[in-house]
Amino acid sequence: MKPTYSLFFKDAKPEQLESLGGKGKSLASMSQADLPVPQGFCVTTDAFVAFIQDLMTAKGLFASLAKLDTKNMSALDKLSGEIRNQILNKAIAADIQEDILTSYRRLCELYGKSDELPVAVRSSATAEDLPDASFAGQQDTYLWVVGEDEVLSHIKMCWASLYTSRAIAYRKDHNIPEEDVHMSVVVQKMVNARVAGVTMTLNPTNGDRTKIAIEASYGLGESVVSGTVTPDNYLMDKVIFELVESSIQDKKIALIPDPANKRVIEIEVDPMKATEACLTRDELIFISKIAKRIEKHYGCPQDIEWALDADAEGEEAFTLLQSRPETVWSNKKTETKKHYMSGMQGLVGSLINPLSAKK
Amino acid sequence: MTDKKKKFISPYEHSAPKGSEGWKELYPYFLVFQEQLKAQEEDKFFFCDSQHWPNVFKPFDAMTVEFAVKCLSQYNSRHYVIPPANGVDFKIHNGYCYMSPVAVNPELIEGRVPEFMERAGYYFQNWNELLENWHKKVKRVIDDMEAVHFEPLPERVDIQWIKDGVGLDPTFHLINDYNKLISLCYETWQYHFEFLNLGYAAYLDFFGFCKEVFPGIPDLSVAKMVQGIDVDLFRPDDELKKLAKLAVSLNLAKCFEKKDVNEALHCIALEENGGQWLQAWEKAKHPWFNYTSGNGFYSSDKYWIEHLDIPYGYLKNYVEKLLKGEVIDRPTEALEAERDRITMEYAESLDDEARAIFEGKLGLARVVFPYVENHNFYIEHWAMGVFWRKTRELSRMLKEQGFWQQESDMYYFRREEILQVLFDYGNSWAVGVPSVGPAVLQDEINRRKKIVDALATAPPQPAFNNPPKVVTEPFTIMLWGITTEAVESWLGGDEKSSHMKGMAASPGLVEGYARIINDASDLDQLKQGEILVTRVTAPSWAPVFNKIVATVTDIGGMMSHAAIVCREYGLPAVTGTGSASTQIKTGMKIRVDGGKGTVEILEELVEA
Repeated sequence: MKPTYSLFFKDAKPEQLESLGGKGKSLASMSQADLPVPQGFCVTTDAFVAFIQDLMTAKGLFASLAKLDTKNMSALDKLSGEIRNQILNKAIAADIQEDILTSYRRLCELYGKSDELPVAVRSSATAEDLPDASFAGQQDTYLWVVGEDEVLSHIKMCWASLYTSRAIAYRKDHNIPEEDVHMSVVVQKMVNARVAGVTMTLNPTNGDRTKIAIEASYGLGESVVSGTVTPDNYLMDKVIFELVESSIQDKKIALIPDPANKRVIEIEVDPMKATEACLTRDELIFISKIAKRIEKHYGCPQDIEWALDADAEGEEAFTLLQSRPETVWSNKKTETKKHYMSGMQGLVGSLINPLSAKK
Repeated sequence: MTDKKKKFISPYEHSAPKGSEGWKELYPYFLVFQEQLKAQEEDKFFFCDSQHWPNVFKPFDAMTVEFAVKCLSQYNSRHYVIPPANGVDFKIHNGYCYMSPVAVNPELIEGRVPEFMERAGYYFQNWNELLENWHKKVKRVIDDMEAVHFEPLPERVDIQWIKDGVGLDPTFHLINDYNKLISLCYETWQYHFEFLNLGYAAYLDFFGFCKEVFPGIPDLSVAKMVQGIDVDLFRPDDELKKLAKLAVSLNLAKCFEKKDVNEALHCIALEENGGQWLQAWEKAKHPWFNYTSGNGFYSSDKYWIEHLDIPYGYLKNYVEKLLKGEVIDRPTEALEAERDRITMEYAESLDDEARAIFEGKLGLARVVFPYVENHNFYIEHWAMGVFWRKTRELSRMLKEQGFWQQESDMYYFRREEILQVLFDYGNSWAVGVPSVGPAVLQDEINRRKKIVDALATAPPQPAFNNPPKVVTEPFTIMLWGITTEAVESWLGGDEKSSHMKGMAASPGLVEGYARIINDASDLDQLKQGEILVTRVTAPSWAPVFNKIVATVTDIGGMMSHAAIVCREYGLPAVTGTGSASTQIKTGMKIRVDGGKGTVEILEELVEA
């Protein structure tokens, strides 16, 4: 059967989901559940495998990896460097390249462009989003990639990121076989984010599942995710959508698109704006409601990356970028829970200790 | 910055308004701040309960505070032995009522627990039977009050009393009936509190549990999970809605264009289906028109059954809305669905053990809460309605005998003073001379009127003396909404602020023009879309809730009747702001956030 080298989120069939990697699978699932993800496609693991097999076999690199002692830093770095170089320099096979570019052109048309649609190019490894392997972010994300050549070269950069010293070492130390790591690459329309952030469908401080925690700042969400800005922090009640707590920060910088130069740049935020809340009450409510829907879709607490598109109004502006299972609290064994008193004992307790009744 | 400990003024330093000199004599000696006890009294923190008693008291009316607060107290200290709380001390100062909860010495709290468990436990275990019995007792008290009549003394003792060898005179019965009426009022208040504090205790238990397992849970969520949907307190308004719909379906709507209730009733009587509607109207009156637009504590309260223009006004409004195709029903199905959804979602997030506890506590809270909501109708509205009506009967009778000029004059005397008046009347009747009262009482009444009017020119203080560091008495927190934060905001309250904070009593964010209402009789000034700002609302104001977009009050907690009714009607509300009704002026544009508990002045008034 002819392998599929690229697959749109909306088109992926159940049996094809594995070839999309963790992120891609999640995006396909969300897209097909009519959640508001920007459209895009995945360069499938089949493409990766075809490319890598070709390369590694030709250069005997699988053997070198097998022999490698990860404690030997210089050997590790050397091999890593060699593999990555090979990847970046090797041309993608014509049939694979054509498949990818056809998809890119289709994506451009979907958004009313003939070519040159700005996209994000992101790694989507197959082991990355396993709930118990939180080495997320060990692979890469490239923003505001424009044009066919750029798209292809950044796809290769994502592939190459699987072979950083750290990634190789991680796999070796955790006995993850090289053959099991396949990568998909997500190519997705860039959101013109005016505000973006991360939402967790529980309170990360205490695991309380009746809350939704939102962190947000101006511009692209990368600044929140990467920690280069201290974002506003909001805690919402998930049942009645009231704001429980908020902490507004001085959001000094923002990452914004620089279309003329086909890149994103960091700018300083106007001091007045920096200390204002970046989300309105209405926005907090619909972000929370959508997050709750996403959690329901997946059946477990989620860690969601999202953005508000400057080119849209109200709820329509909400764009879902990524959602993956929350890993910390969901895995905690319920510790010896506090024993709560019931019946009359409980009543007495509440009367004598009204601190718990104090606002 | 001085580090002077923040405190409120001492009542001993809080002088009375000009023209009110001598006011202390209008009230019982034990209810005013006495010089000899200055040291002890200044040690206690008093807060003003303008939620229940927003206006200056006439001497007779002050009886309602006496009976109510004393009966509340006894159940804490002598019946159920609430471990951390005894009663609530109270004083009248410059005409307003101030409360001071009496905490139990911490060392003694533990020791009270076994008695509490036994006594309160008995009531919780037998709640429904005891409550059924309560309804019978209250109905009996109401019937006994209805049976009291005050008639002028006859020219002659009835010949039949001679033939029957009675050996008594009508004054004997007159005085007995008066004492009986007062005693029945006292009995009413005994019943009012029979279950109330236990109901609040069960609610607090559930509330506290939610705050522990869902840290940061909005108070509103807890209230919504417990609150009843079809509650007797809403029946009067529901009856009006039914009558409005009936009128429209019977083609009687045009009669409701009449401004006057009697003209409208006359018009209906002439219509083909009028008889059917009038029957329904009569039926609705008993007991549901025993409903006051005030709160039942004042002799000046107007009850629907005696002022049919009040329910008629609301009815007229409902008919108009129906004709426009608007929905007037309370969204009971939606409310019930919402309550169930909220409960299920919170419960789902708990593990099995915690969920069982959650369900147990919620279950008890829901068993007891109907009483918390309903007693208000049976006592403050119905029973007190009959009580005031009977006292007016007496006052009218004595007025006709020349003792005073107006029906409302009797209320300037304390209850024991009226006994003297009755003896004056009976005595002079027996002796055969004119009563002394008609010659002297009016001057005293007029003197007292001036004092009361002078006292009413000043609003009450929010509180006196040093507030406690932390407010711990449970009922203070729950019912009156007095929390440590609330006290702090009162202390800062001298600064005029365009931002006010209160309790997030009922969610919703709205903007609109404020209308300050200081008396229920001003309610018809409210225009569609305005925001009602007042010291305190009453459940019977509910029919205006269709017109307005939010309410703001000075005092009141989450579980005050006003808050409960607003939630039920889906009307945004902020309670317990401290002084919104004096800081905001009619015509100001304000923003009310019922989910956050904030009120903001958006537009001041343009200076004329």
